[in-house]
This record gives sequence, C-alpha cells and structure tokens, in this order.
Amino acid sequence: VQGSRLNLKISAMVMAAEPQFHVLAVDDSLFDRKLIERLLQKASCQVTTVDSGYKALEFLGLREGVEINDPDAVSTSPVIHQEVEVNLIITDYCMPSMTGYDLLKEVKESSACKNIPVVIMSSENVPARISRCLEEGAEEFFLKPVRLADLNKLKPHMMKTKLKNQKLEEIETPSKDESGTVAAVVEPEVKNLTEI
Amino acid sequence: LHAMNTVVAQLQRRFQDYLVSLYQQGFLDNQFTELRKLQDEGTPDFVAEVVSLFFDDCSKLINSMSRSLERPENVDFKQVDSGVHQLKGSSSSVGARRVKNVCISFKECCDVQNREGCLRCLQQVDYEYKMLKTKLQDLFNLEQQIVQAGGAIPQVNIN
Repeated sequence: VQGSRLNLKISAMVMAAEPQFHVLAVDDSLFDRKLIERLLQKASCQVTTVDSGYKALEFLGLREGVEINDPDAVSTSPVIHQEVEVNLIITDYCMPSMTGYDLLKEVKESSACKNIPVVIMSSENVPARISRCLEEGAEEFFLKPVRLADLNKLKPHMMKTKLKNQKLEEIETPSKDESGTVAAVVEPEVKNLTEI
Repeated sequence: LHAMNTVVAQLQRRFQDYLVSLYQQGFLDNQFTELRKLQDEGTPDFVAEVVSLFFDDCSKLINSMSRSLERPENVDFKQVDSGVHQLKGSSSSVGARRVKNVCISFKECCDVQNREGCLRCLQQVDYEYKMLKTKLQDLFNLEQQIVQAGGAIPQVNIN
C-alpha cells in the first residue's frame, strides 16, 4: 500500500500538465541571456539568469567550491537558495574569469549539486572542447545559436532529476501504515491508477 | 469595414514582400526566422528588443576595435579578436547574415595581424550593421502600421 502511494504520486506528476522545470542560465553577454531566457520560457521552463559562474555558484548555495553549510565558510551572500530547486544548468563556455567548464567542474564536485544536469553552449565548434566537457559530466553541448529544437532534448534530463528529488522527499518523510512500520523504499514506476 | 480589410491586407502584403526581400538580398538568414518564432502575444516586442541590443553591441564593439587599431605601431590584435568574436556570435544569433560574413573575413585578417585588412573589415561591418538597422526599422514600422490598422502580423515562411 505504501509503495503504491509513492507510485501514484509519481504517476500523477508525470501525467499532469507539463511539470515546471527551473533552469539556471549562465552567460556573460546580456544579448545571449535575453535570448536563452526567451527560448527557455517558450519551452515552458522557469528561468533564472546570471552573468557569471560565481553568481551561479552563489545561487546554488555553493561558493567557490565551499558549501554554504560549512561553518568556516565566509559567506557574503545572506540569502540561501537551497530551497529553490534547479533542474538544469545551461551555461556559456567562454566567460571571463570562470569558464563554463570551470563551473561544470565545481557543480560536479559538489555533493549537493552534482546531480543537476549541466549543458554547455558555445559559438565555436571545437571537438576537443566538446569532448572535454562531456567527459567532465556535461549532458549536452549546444552550438550557438541555440534553438527551440535543442531545448526539447533537455526535457528527459530534467525529468530524471525531478523524479529523483521527488523520491528523495518520500524517503525523508516516510509514511507509516496502521501497524506503525516505516514504508520500504520502492523504485518509482508508472503503474495504472486502479489501485486508488 | 471592407475598406479597412483592404488596407490591412495591403499592409500585410507589403510587410511580407519586404521581409522576403531582406532574406533574398542576404541581409537576414533563417536564424531571424527562429527569433520571430519566439515572439508571441505575450512578448510582442521581443525581436525589436533583441535587435536593439545587437545594434548597441555593434556600436560599442566597433568603437573599441577602432581604438585598438588606431596606432599602426601599437595594435592590440587580441582585443580586436575578442571584439570580432563577440560580434560574430551575436550577429549569428540574430540572423544578421551580411554582418556575420564580414566578421568571418575580419577574423582572418586579425589572425594574420593584417592591420589594413582589419580596418577595411571594420569599415564594412560598420556599414552593414547600419544598413541592416535602417532596413529593420522600416520592417518594424510596417509591423506597427499593421497592428494599428487592427491586423495581425503575418507568419512569413522563407524557403
């Protein structure tokens, strides 16, 4: 019974109208930020744009590789954004001071954020650059100008993390049945809804 | 009412013909079509805003590159290269085909540190962006006239 309740929640979410994905877009060019923002909105995503890798790390609650929960960390940013779920990070490669690759590395090395899919954009087609990013864990590498068709490739990646987060929530707040035992963790599967 | 419809139809026809001509003459490419797709009733000024940002960028970058190229004995080709790179990127994202093509030649001159070539390309890029700016202004004016006459902006298919 507990397992099916989890399955029901996942099923309902998957079958509901277009779930809201929140994307963090990083680009030092105002022009490119405006473009990617509109593209993402058109693809029905919620968007936050920042103009540097540092601001991105700040937004994610990481700061130059130091996690916000570290008591020794000097935090100049009073606002903690950890409750804001980010389903995808899309970043330009060529940025001053911190490149998209550097940002990718920081994200993948953090325990809090390593599961957030990262996509790199670049106006230059450099195969060595592309493979380096993919090896470091980037999900996709888009050549600019990015188009709506490119963004549609991202939905499966974002859906994966959304479902994972949902599952993690269930684990953290387990429900008990009448006998008082805690529900076992089950793999989410889309079952039919006849078990209501 | 019939007269109004004719006015709208005429304006729409003019708009369509003008837009098609801009593609045919190579001012625009299909990236501009992609931009128009992103505009809707909720964001009716999107293309105009983005295009305006692009022209601002052009102006700024051309000025800074001009300064870098000014003294023959002391040209900062790194700075020029950076400017061309940005310009090529944004012109590509906007669909400004002629501007983008000049940037390709510009980059080649920069790579071999050809100051004369760079200066020629700079002049050309300046000319092209200003030309496009005028053309697009005319296009946006036609759009405005259609809207004011109560008509809808046609979705133009370019082949």
